Amino acid sequence: MATNWELFTSFARISASTFGGGYAMLPFFRQELVRKRGWLTDEELLDLNAVAQCTPGVIAVNTATFCGYRTKGLAGAVFATLGELVPPILIVLVISAFFWSFAENPWVRHALVGVRACVCALILSSAAKLFKKAVLDVPTFLVFAVVFVLAAFVGVTPALLVAGSGLFGLALYQLRKGGRT
Amino acid sequence: MILLRLYWEFLLIGLFSVGGGMATVPFLFDLSARTGWFSQADLANMIAVSEATPGPIGVNMATYVGSVTAGVPGGIVAPLGLVTPAFLAILLVARVLMTVWKNPRVQGLFYALRPASVGLIAAAGFTVCAVSLFTRTGTGVDFHWSSIALFAAMLVLMNLPKLKDKVPAIAYVAIAAVCGVVFRMTD
Repeated sequence: MATNWELFTSFARISASTFGGGYAMLPFFRQELVRKRGWLTDEELLDLNAVAQCTPGVIAVNTATFCGYRTKGLAGAVFATLGELVPPILIVLVISAFFWSFAENPWVRHALVGVRACVCALILSSAAKLFKKAVLDVPTFLVFAVVFVLAAFVGVTPALLVAGSGLFGLALYQLRKGGRT
Repeated sequence: MILLRLYWEFLLIGLFSVGGGMATVPFLFDLSARTGWFSQADLANMIAVSEATPGPIGVNMATYVGSVTAGVPGGIVAPLGLVTPAFLAILLVARVLMTVWKNPRVQGLFYALRPASVGLIAAAGFTVCAVSLFTRTGTGVDFHWSSIALFAAMLVLMNLPKLKDKVPAIAYVAIAAVCGVVFRMTD
């Protein structure tokens, strides 16, 4: 069982090692929480991601709060959330105090172009791995394809897509239950 | 007094921005116009710094805005305000979800939510790729060949059967950052 301190350090490590927020964190969440700690399964990580999309606030922080609450209750939620918050607050405070031109530094900019190319590869790799866990048959493939197209090419709000998919899932469940009886 | 107002303003932003860090940007423009605490030029700089530092973008921006407005205490109060509504909302949702998780109807719900979740992740990956690897110009598409090469190399490297899931993701990020500096990559 996780201790509060382990929750804090795990989320602090994730938070301190990801650039670009939100989805860039997903490969790191998967590595730390699913593979290393075993606090979540791949399926639960996807569930959390869907829930975090339609609750207000920062997606990565929401995932931390949820995971902390699930493993250790209210105290776990507090420690996980603080773990996610403390490193970026410290880093940005130091940078805003001493390095006003940090973002214009040519070295930083070159490094970030490299990092971004890597983040692309990381996100696509995790998406491919999670695809195998979530797309199991024709209806789930349809949901995946429709959501992907609407989010990538039409720019529909994620919250709306999650809500729509949820309704589809409920309707399908009712239909199948009805078919069986 | 300014600390209380900072906390409150960011609490409101946290309450209304659904969908992650970049969703806070329009609210920050509005805050700049209403309060004059920071200028729109500051805001552009803040976005650049937030993207260049590790951590969730929304948290980085709140810290930066808070510290520009009210020093170190501001830099602590603003991100706390930002996450307060979500923290409470998630506690509520988690409580409810954990009691109904095994319910077959809820399982039916998540059966469709999981592929939706993967679809959103794939779409985000696609968008990041589109922004990082190409630029659309007036006449056609500009390919960022060095970024594409590094992207392809990384994709192969992290899916090699020997390395797969064994090397921590931060190692790839570090290698990519070094490549970026060594080859003076630009986009």
